[in-house]
Amino acid sequence: MATVPEMKTDLAVNVWRGNSERGGFTTFAVPRHDSQTVLDVVTHIQRYLDPTLSYRYACRVGMCGSCAMTVNGKARWTCRTSVAKVAADGQLEIAPLDNLPVIKDLATDMSGFFDKWARAKGQFKGPLTRHDDFAQVAPASKERLAANAGIECIGCGICYASCDVVTWRADFLGPAALNRAWTLVNDVRDTQQPERLNAVAGDAGCHVCHTQGSCAERCPKQIAPTAGIAGLKRLTARAAMRGEL
Amino acid sequence: MTSAITQARLWYLQRISAMLLALCVLVHLAVMIYAVRGGLSAAEILGRTRGNWFFGGFYAVFVLACAVHVPIGLATIAAEWLGWRGRSAGMAAILCGGLIAGMGLRAVYGVVA
Ligand code: FES
Repeated sequence: MATVPEMKTDLAVNVWRGNSERGGFTTFAVPRHDSQTVLDVVTHIQRYLDPTLSYRYACRVGMCGSCAMTVNGKARWTCRTSVAKVAADGQLEIAPLDNLPVIKDLATDMSGFFDKWARAKGQFKGPLTRHDDFAQVAPASKERLAANAGIECIGCGICYASCDVVTWRADFLGPAALNRAWTLVNDVRDTQQPERLNAVAGDAGCHVCHTQGSCAERCPKQIAPTAGIAGLKRLTARAAMRGEL
Repeated sequence: MTSAITQARLWYLQRISAMLLALCVLVHLAVMIYAVRGGLSAAEILGRTRGNWFFGGFYAVFVLACAVHVPIGLATIAAEWLGWRGRSAGMAAILCGGLIAGMGLRAVYGVVA
């Protein structure tokens, strides 16, 4: 860090300290650098200013999905968010993700989030064993293309934190779990399709989505969970009208 | 999981009724703007609507689509904004639907018959 030329003014960084019940913002002055990310800022605070600050990251290159935080009011992946882009005026407010219980400071408890993936039947189950030959899926088939559109999810929870319906209905499965379900609905090898449709229907599932689109707007991987949710609505509604759900 | 199937069906009904309503509202507005040119009196309106069963049929469909669409939406708003869910919210929504259907159809009958 010392080798990078420092800019004149420090960043004024407000960081959430505490948990869901109790806490407040603490201000730190952090030196500016070229090509600095928000994660760099948090790391600087933890290394040099306050070692008791808790936060989470792993890959630092936008793959693991563990570094998401609320930056100036919006959920973002901090390792790929440049300070220059979000803090033009030198002010940063960094808080934990919304819609998740806060363990401490910037680290949220994501177990409920991932439990919902399981509830949406987010597990793949195929008919083949290791002794069978590989299944063939045509790359240009409709199902494969639909699955492709949602498959790059890194599970960062940004969509979930940005969704108003999750705020209003604590049991709503949320955009990430439903996106996962949609990729599996389009997996022609999967054998749990009726159970999955059942799991994603109803007022904890796809039917309560209002298509507000915050998930699609904020997703750092440019996935549109709303598109998959619309697909699930169509499939499940059709099945329900036929009495198959 | 009866709730899932009910919710899926309600969503479908709301979709279909929304499509009907979109059509009805457009026709309603167009006819209104056309009919009102140069002023309109109550007697003139009744003169056109009395015995006009096509008019009556159209507005009966309009009313019924409202009676389906509105309570489903109200139940959602009650759940999300007021935290009011379950049986009592469902009953209140059905009551609203019944009220809309009753009052609406009575109004249609009033101008057609
Ligand atoms: S640290 Fe892995 S995605 Fe940001």
